[in-house]
Amino acid sequence: MKPVYLRPKSLTETVSHYCPGCTHGISHRLVAEVIDELGIQSKTIGVASVGCSVFAYNYFEVDFQQAAHGRAPAVATGIKRVHPDKIVFTYQGDGDLASIGAAEIVHAAARGENITVIFINNAIYGMTGGQMAPTTLEGQVTTTSPSGRTHSVQGYPLKMSELIATIEGAYYVVRCSLHNPAHIARAKRAIKQAFENQIEGKGFSMVEVLSTCPTNWRMTPVEALKWVEQHMIPVYPLGEFKTGEGE
Amino acid sequence: MDKRVVFNEAHCKSCELCVWICPKQIIHLKQELNPLGYRPAYVSDEDQEQCISCAMCARMCPDAVIEVFR
Repeated sequence: MKPVYLRPKSLTETVSHYCPGCTHGISHRLVAEVIDELGIQSKTIGVASVGCSVFAYNYFEVDFQQAAHGRAPAVATGIKRVHPDKIVFTYQGDGDLASIGAAEIVHAAARGENITVIFINNAIYGMTGGQMAPTTLEGQVTTTSPSGRTHSVQGYPLKMSELIATIEGAYYVVRCSLHNPAHIARAKRAIKQAFENQIEGKGFSMVEVLSTCPTNWRMTPVEALKWVEQHMIPVYPLGEFKTGEGE
Repeated sequence: MDKRVVFNEAHCKSCELCVWICPKQIIHLKQELNPLGYRPAYVSDEDQEQCISCAMCARMCPDAVIEVFR
């Protein structure tokens, strides 16, 4: 029997703390597969954020640093500048990257730092119990928007990929989704491209991954994937927003 | 016969994404619990022959518990 799919070596054997069906696990697996395929496990340094992915360092078999809330791109900047031969990536959720860390991601992109950013957008604060995030959809019910987000009160969903793509220093900005195997394959190609860009010294790459939070969305894992397809993608269209520096 | 699809049952969390995506619908949840307290996904020995080794279950699995062979 020939292997068709084996567990990536860049994942540890630890059972994750993620809820059943949470697509954080799929994103972790894709990053680990890419690290394996590019043969960069021994020289990769990850930067974990604050949020559900705060324990990412327990799950990747690579060196890791845990950053203060939202500051992962700043920490990654420091690591990359001190160790330009290492491959440095951040793994951040939307509460981390789009809210408290909005300044850090914008300026890391503006400086054109040669790092890779994996941005998990599940439109909610998962770890703290399902509060409204900057990325929460209009009408979406959360514990802090119990009658649904209304733009006149809570503003509009923040579209980070579109925003970062306007920055000259950003090299590669793409949004993908994990709601079925075909899109998972596309997301993996995007993540691989983002790491290859860094290896080739091309500069700042960000992959936004539309993700689920079955627990706080109050859905089964399968319902949550369908919700991504039906409700999130119309607001957060998929595709490459930028390839190449400058305008 | 060697198994085509192998589950690390101790790490499964019963999310059922593999059950949902399997084109042959041969993945089910066991009645008994694993050490985490979940009913692990499995493919019965009889159904292993029906597996087409497409690996969609493994690519869907958030906990990387599935390995596939052909």
